[in-house]
Amino acid sequence: MAQQEGNMIRVALAGQPNVGKSTVFNLLTGLNQRVGNWPGKTVEQKAGTCSIDSWAFRVVDLPGTYSLSANSPEEVIAREYIIKEKPDVVVAIVNAATLERSLYLVAELLLLPAPVIVGLNMIDVAEQQGLTIEPRVLEAAIGVPVVPMVAARGQGIHDLLARIKEVACDGAEYTPNTPNIRADHADVLARIEELVGDHVPPEYPSTWVALKILEGDQQITDMIHPRLPPEAWSEVYQIIQQHEDTCVAVAGGRYAWIARMVRAAVVKPRIGPITLTDRLDRWATHPVWGLVILVGILALSFALTYAIGSPLQELLDLYLVQNLADLAIRALDTAPTWLKGLLVDGVIGGVGAVLTFFPILVIFFAVLGILEDIGYMARAAYVMDRFMHLMGLHGKSFLPLFLGFGCNVPAVMGTRVIESQRARLLTIIVSPLVPCTARMGVIAFLAPAFFAAPAIVSWALLAMNLAVLVVSGLLLNRFILKGEQIAFIMELPLYHLPNWHTIAITVWQRLLSFLRRAGTVILAVSIVIWTLSTFPGGDPETSYLASLGRLLEPVGTLMGLDWRMMLALISSFVAKENAVATMGVLFGVGESGAGLQAILRNTLSPASGLAFLVTQMLFVPCVGTVATIKQESDSWGWTLFSVVFLLVVSLAGGVIAYQAAGLLGW
Amino acid sequence: MKNEHHNPRHGLSLRLAKRSNQAHQRGLSRHNSRRLTTLNSGESAVIQSLSGGVSFRSRLAALGFTPGASVRMLQNLGHGPVLVTIRDTRIALGRGEACKIHVRPE
Repeated sequence: MAQQEGNMIRVALAGQPNVGKSTVFNLLTGLNQRVGNWPGKTVEQKAGTCSIDSWAFRVVDLPGTYSLSANSPEEVIAREYIIKEKPDVVVAIVNAATLERSLYLVAELLLLPAPVIVGLNMIDVAEQQGLTIEPRVLEAAIGVPVVPMVAARGQGIHDLLARIKEVACDGAEYTPNTPNIRADHADVLARIEELVGDHVPPEYPSTWVALKILEGDQQITDMIHPRLPPEAWSEVYQIIQQHEDTCVAVAGGRYAWIARMVRAAVVKPRIGPITLTDRLDRWATHPVWGLVILVGILALSFALTYAIGSPLQELLDLYLVQNLADLAIRALDTAPTWLKGLLVDGVIGGVGAVLTFFPILVIFFAVLGILEDIGYMARAAYVMDRFMHLMGLHGKSFLPLFLGFGCNVPAVMGTRVIESQRARLLTIIVSPLVPCTARMGVIAFLAPAFFAAPAIVSWALLAMNLAVLVVSGLLLNRFILKGEQIAFIMELPLYHLPNWHTIAITVWQRLLSFLRRAGTVILAVSIVIWTLSTFPGGDPETSYLASLGRLLEPVGTLMGLDWRMMLALISSFVAKENAVATMGVLFGVGESGAGLQAILRNTLSPASGLAFLVTQMLFVPCVGTVATIKQESDSWGWTLFSVVFLLVVSLAGGVIAYQAAGLLGW
Repeated sequence: MKNEHHNPRHGLSLRLAKRSNQAHQRGLSRHNSRRLTTLNSGESAVIQSLSGGVSFRSRLAALGFTPGASVRMLQNLGHGPVLVTIRDTRIALGRGEACKIHVRPE
């Protein structure tokens, strides 16, 4: 029955969220994994290989889903993969501590045409909660192999591989005990199966198709409809109409099956002990203390990021970027000037500046990875839900927005956790209003040039950004991205100790995707901007870019900014920190920091300075983010919208700040 | 994505949703069910029925909100989201979502 390529066994890893599926995947594949997208979808696809003895396994990590209905692209991907690619084995990871619920996915998987092995993970956690589970009894009940595991400590992984090999190669008879629909619906199910049976595409099991039709699954219904003779369809349609509550009946049938499976295998204490999760949640989800804890954790993450990351960034800039530039200048001694300029100012200046953010990102991603892994981020989303509702969003949108404080690129990518397209788009559009480390870096440099109390100004600007974010979200929700409020349904997983292996791999992958972007999109745009700022004459003041800056001068006048400042603003489109570098060039300082601050203080009034800071904080995000917005929204229209929207908001903000400061006599 | 409401594919599910609401209103008069949001923190009850669209009900049902399942309210502040335990899992629900879950006393 196994369809191996040589000795390669194809394994699909399935499991609900929070069952330790990614821990198992990382354990199996280590760094032999590749992260990409499922074809045509913005859903992450992970695949990897591992080998034991002479056997090689190719493991595909299916998206973590609670069920296999057509409610989300993830669920459709998971079921289509199993139906169309027919892996040799499907490994379903379940959480022993929440066995009933996590067996639900198994109940769905058993009807699909690939043999299932159950990885009974987290048995240590279940034991701590006073549960006694007998894997062998469960195995006999379900009729498929059940492998007890503690993936976080690497236990059970060899057994799992051995069982996979067994199932894939020995071709033992596969006769699982499958769930039935609730008795009162058995007749209708049989009738639908009879009606559609001959018209189901060969790769689909007909019972499964009938069940999905009865469940009200739009995708399967649409697939079957044109294949059926009209009279058969009208009977099917009538049955669906008369049994509108079947989606609950089908789920009820599966849970009844689970109850039978679990009854013999699990002994539960009558009253569960008060767990660590109970005690921690008393604080973490408290309406007041929960917020205090959240703000505390955020402040601590920022403090850590800046305390360790910023000095490292300066070192990188000093040693890596500058030395690289010097090296390039020396190596290209005889090369034409334009080539030197392109490499030194364009490539090293543009991409190098972005790369110096590496340490900050490492720390930020690590802190976030830990918070996610131990289970805290779901609590943060819960606490923030009421505030996110103001914007027609819900708690889940808080997570990507929070990522934005590190870098807007992962924030936009992080919106994938949001189920509804509308809410996702809304989150993507407002996410650049979360000031990233680079933006805050520019503020930290410029604020002291204009103000005696730069810290207060920085905090005020941060607060302004968040206020603008909320108001924008509110208005977009009200007038542009109208739609139904999407359901907020989110599991709060049990807290557990961080798994460093999983966190390290997550951080590594996020960094890789950032690096890949720096090497492609950011590189390309850096070159374009350099070209615009060099040609036609070689002098930035007469370049195409300068003409653009002069074009914007009328707007600049309203903000008290000359063309050089406008140009600095535009150059921040490549990378936020370019604003400072551009000013350095245009104001004719050899990039010596203190010199620029002094010059700015003498050239610009505090009102102009404020206008610049406000505009810079609200401005169009860097090109890396815009490219990511295009990729994730999959729409040029919305990408353009987000750019124009932020352009208008930021310029308006600058004008208002300048005029208001003028009234105050600054 | 831009015209979620005009998608003809949704016609069936919308009709189904409407029927479900009618079915629910009939159910309400027969059984003495109340909304999940009326439970105070610490109270338990049994799921009676779900209302709302097919995809919403099927999501909830998959998570274990099926008739007969026992549910315990962990946190209900009278506004904002609620926190419940069902089938050994803690689940946060928006208030609107929790209102569509009907429960009866144990």
